[in-house]
Amino acid sequence: MKGIFLSRKLPYLFWLASLLCFVPFAAAQSQPSGTVAITHAKIFTLAGNTIDDGIVVIRDGKIAAVGASVDVPAGAQVIDAKGLQVYPGMFDAITQMGLREIGAVSATVDSNETGNYNPDVVAATAVSPSSEHIPVTRASGITEVLAVPASGGMDSFGSRGVLGGQASAIHLTGWTIDEMLLKKSAAMVLNWPEIQTRTFDFATFTRKEKPYSEAKQEYEKQVNEITEWLERARHYAQALEKGSAAKYDRDIKLEALVPVIRGELPLLLFADRAREIRNAVEFCEKQKLRMILAGGSEAYKVKDLLRAKSIPVILRPTLTLPLEEDDPYDRLLTQPAELAAAGVRFAFASFDNSFARRLGQNAANAVAYGLPYDEALRAVTIYPARIFGLDNQIGTIEPGKIANLIVTNGDPLELTTDVRYLFIRGQLTSTNNRHKSLYEKYLNRPKAQ
Amino acid sequence: MRGATMMRTIAGLAITFCAGVAPHALNAANPPGAPSVILIQNATVLTVSHGTIEHGSILIKDGKIAEVGQSIKAPQDAQVIDAAGQFVMPGIIDCHSHIAVDGSVNEGSVSVSSMANIAEVLDSDDIDIYRDLAGGVTAANILHGSANAIGGQTVVIKLRWGQPSAKLPFEGALPGIKFALGENPKRSNFSLPGQPKRYPATRMGVEETIRGAFTEARDYRKAWDDYNKRVSAGGKNLIPPRRDLKLDPLVEVLEGKRYVHAHCYREDEILMLLRVAKEFGFKVRTFQHVLEGYKVADELAAAGVGASTFSDWWAYKVEAYDAIPYNAALMTRRGVNVSINSDDAEEATHLNQEAAKSMKFGGLSYDEALKLVTLNPAIQLGIDKRVGSIDVGKDADLVIYNHDPLSAYAVVQKTVIDGRVYFDRQRDIAQRPERENEKKALLEKEKKSTEKKPDAKKPEEKKPEEKKPEEKPKPPALVASTGGAL
Repeated sequence: MKGIFLSRKLPYLFWLASLLCFVPFAAAQSQPSGTVAITHAKIFTLAGNTIDDGIVVIRDGKIAAVGASVDVPAGAQVIDAKGLQVYPGMFDAITQMGLREIGAVSATVDSNETGNYNPDVVAATAVSPSSEHIPVTRASGITEVLAVPASGGMDSFGSRGVLGGQASAIHLTGWTIDEMLLKKSAAMVLNWPEIQTRTFDFATFTRKEKPYSEAKQEYEKQVNEITEWLERARHYAQALEKGSAAKYDRDIKLEALVPVIRGELPLLLFADRAREIRNAVEFCEKQKLRMILAGGSEAYKVKDLLRAKSIPVILRPTLTLPLEEDDPYDRLLTQPAELAAAGVRFAFASFDNSFARRLGQNAANAVAYGLPYDEALRAVTIYPARIFGLDNQIGTIEPGKIANLIVTNGDPLELTTDVRYLFIRGQLTSTNNRHKSLYEKYLNRPKAQ
Repeated sequence: MRGATMMRTIAGLAITFCAGVAPHALNAANPPGAPSVILIQNATVLTVSHGTIEHGSILIKDGKIAEVGQSIKAPQDAQVIDAAGQFVMPGIIDCHSHIAVDGSVNEGSVSVSSMANIAEVLDSDDIDIYRDLAGGVTAANILHGSANAIGGQTVVIKLRWGQPSAKLPFEGALPGIKFALGENPKRSNFSLPGQPKRYPATRMGVEETIRGAFTEARDYRKAWDDYNKRVSAGGKNLIPPRRDLKLDPLVEVLEGKRYVHAHCYREDEILMLLRVAKEFGFKVRTFQHVLEGYKVADELAAAGVGASTFSDWWAYKVEAYDAIPYNAALMTRRGVNVSINSDDAEEATHLNQEAAKSMKFGGLSYDEALKLVTLNPAIQLGIDKRVGSIDVGKDADLVIYNHDPLSAYAVVQKTVIDGRVYFDRQRDIAQRPERENEKKALLEKEKKSTEKKPDAKKPEEKKPEEKKPEEKPKPPALVASTGGAL
C-alpha cells in the first residue's frame, strides 16, 4: 500500500519541485527541422495587408517568411495552395480540453476540483493528450486552446469553485503535455460570487429561496473570503521577498496566488451580470489585480467601465439566449458589435469542448448582427492571444511566430468551409478524428441483408 | 449555446425581479386588420420541392400560398413585401422541442407515463416561442421528456405568438407519444444519494417495460372489441371494461392513430424497438436523436421510419460518444427520411445553420440540407400536405432571410404563419424603446409600492426556469446529476 501511495505521490512531488524552482514546465521541445512552403495561397496574415498570391515558409516550427515574392527554399516540401486561403489557426479561449471527455461520466471529468479554493491546481497537470476532443476540435481549424479548470460550470454538487485553479494554453497536438504546452499558467480562474436569492439544493433536489438581505450577506461573506486569501498571499509574498521564507511553513496554495497579487498572472474572472461585473472590477482595481472577464452576458451594460479600465472579455457564445425574458431576443448576438464600437477588447470562446467546433460559427453570427468581419476573425485568433499574453508567439502570420496555420477552401468562420491543411508548431497535422473514422467505417458498411 | 439553458437556469435561480415586458404585450402578432392578400416579390425563393426561383414571387391569399412564380402581378388589395436581395424558404419545422410547456416536461415518477399529456399544459406566454419564431421556426413537435420508457403524449404546434394556448396546436396533426430508450429511462445519470432505483435500470428492462405495456394494451383493446361486438350484436345489460387512461393512448398507437416518437441513441436499442413494434404490430414514426442511426441506416430505411437527429452534439454522455456530425448525411444516403431538431430553445433559433453543416459533413446537396428542417420533418409529423415546402395550396408558413439561410451570416427578417407576419425584425427593433419605457415605468411603480409598505412582502421574483430539455450537453458539468429532464 505504502509503495503504491509513494509511487503515486512521487510524480506530483517532482512536479512541485519544478514549480518551485520556476523551471519552465516544458522546456523547448525539439521540432523536426523540415521546411515547408505553402505557395499560391491567398494569405490572411492579420498583420498588415492580405496577400492575394503569396508564399508562407515554415522552418523549425516557426514562420520563416511570408510574402508575395518570397523564395521557396531548396528542398522545402511544397504545398500548392492555389485557390486556397491561409489564416492563423483559431484559438478557443475557454474549453476544458483534455480535462473532460464525457460530461456525464465523472471518471472522465477532471475539470472541477472539490472545494472552493484550489489556486494551486493546474490544468496542464491533467490534460489527456489522447482525448478524442483534441483531433475533433482541430479539424475545425482550431490550433490552440485554453484548458480551463472550474470554467463556469458546476460540479455534481452544485459547486463551481471560487479560486478554481490555473488555466493552461495548449497546442492541439502532441504526444505528451510537454509537447502540447504553450503556456502552463496563463490565468487564474476566479468564479465571482453571485447574489442568489433562489438556489438549488443538489442534495435534496429542491429549490430554496432566501431573502435578498441574506443572499447579499452570503455574497459578501464569499467576497471577504477571497479578500482574505489574497491578503494572506500578499503577506506570504512579503515574507518571501524578505528572504525569510525558511522561517515559514511553505504553503503551496498561497504560493500559487503570489503571481496573481503581483499582477503577473491575470484573473480569468467568470461573471455574467452587470452588478457582479461592476463589483468585480472595483474589487480587482482595489486589489491591484489584472482581470480578464469571462462570460459577460451583460458586458454591454458596463461597456464604458470595461473600456475605461481596459478589461478584456472572453464572451460566452453569441448564440446563447438572453438572461432575461424581456431582453431583446438577439441580445447576445448584437453585443459583440456594441462592445467593438465602444472600444472594449474581446475574444470569442466555446466554453465547452463538445461545442468547440462552433467557435467560428459564433464569430460569424456576431458578424451577421453587425460586428465588422475583420474584428470577428481577430477575435478568434490574435485577440485571445493578446489577452493571454501570447501574441508574440501566435495569432498572426508573421516571421518568427509559431507556425500554427490553417489552409482552407474559404472563410474559416463559415459553416461549410473545409480545413484542407493544418499546421501546428510547423508540423502538418492530421485532420482525421474519431468522427471521420466512424463516418468512413459506416460509409463502407455493406448493404444490410 | 451556449451556456444556453443551464445558464438560464442558473440565472433564473438568481436575483432579478423583472416586470416581464416581453415583446408579447406590444406585438401586433395578429393585427385585426391584417391583409389577407400578401405578395412577396423579388426574392430568391427556395421552394424545397421544386428548386430555387431567382427574383421570384409568392402570392398569399387567406393564409395559403396561392401562386408561386417568377413574376406575379400584385392584386389591388395586396400588401406587397419587397424582398429584393432576400431569401424566402418554408418555415422551419422543429421535430423535437420542449418550448411552450408550463413547468416540467417530465412525469418521471413512473416508467410508463402515457396518461400524461403535454397538450394539456401548453403555455402560450413562454418567451421561447417568440425567440424560436425569430429564428424562423413556424411549427414544432412538443414532446414530453425522456425519463420513461413510455412517456407522455405529445402535440404539434404552430408558433402563433400572441394567440392563446388553445390556438397553438397544429389543426389536424396526428398526436404522438414519446418513448425513450437507453440512459435516460434507465436513469443512468440521474440517481440521487438515498433514492431508490426506479425500474427499469437496464436496457433489458426498458424493452420489457414497453413489451409489458403493449401486452396490457392488447388485452385491453380486445376487451373493448369484445364488448363493442356484443353491444352491436344487441347484447343487453353488458358491463363495459374499465377505462384505463394509461392504455388508451397505447391502443391508439396499435390502431395507427397516434405516432410514436422514440428517443434513442445506440444502434442496439434502435433495432430492439423495431422488433418490439413488429411483434405488436405498430409503427415507430420517428426515432429521435438517434445518434447512432448511421450504424443501422439500412434497417431504419427498410422499416420506413423517420430519423430526427442533432447536427453536431456529442460526448455529453456515453451513449453520445459515437455521435458524429455525418449522421444526417449518412442516413440520408441510405434512404432514410432525416430531420435536424433542436431539443433546446436556443438550438432552435439557428436550425437553418445546423442543417447547413450536413453539406460539410457528408456532402448533402443544398436542397437536401434545406429539407432537413422543412419538408422532411413535415413528412415525419404527417403534416407535409400542409407545410414544408413552398407550393400552391400549402399554408403560407414562410421565413424571409437577408442572406442565404444555409450560412452563418443569415438573419431572419420576417416569419410568416398562416399568411400573417408573426415576427418582423424591424418591428421588433422599433418597439424596443417603448418596451424599455414600459419596463421602467413598471419597476418605478413597484418600487413606490414597496416604499409605501416597508414590511410588505418582497415583490414576486422571476420564476426559475423549470423546463429542462432532455439532453442538455451545454453547458459544462452538472450533467452528471441533472443533465436532462429530471
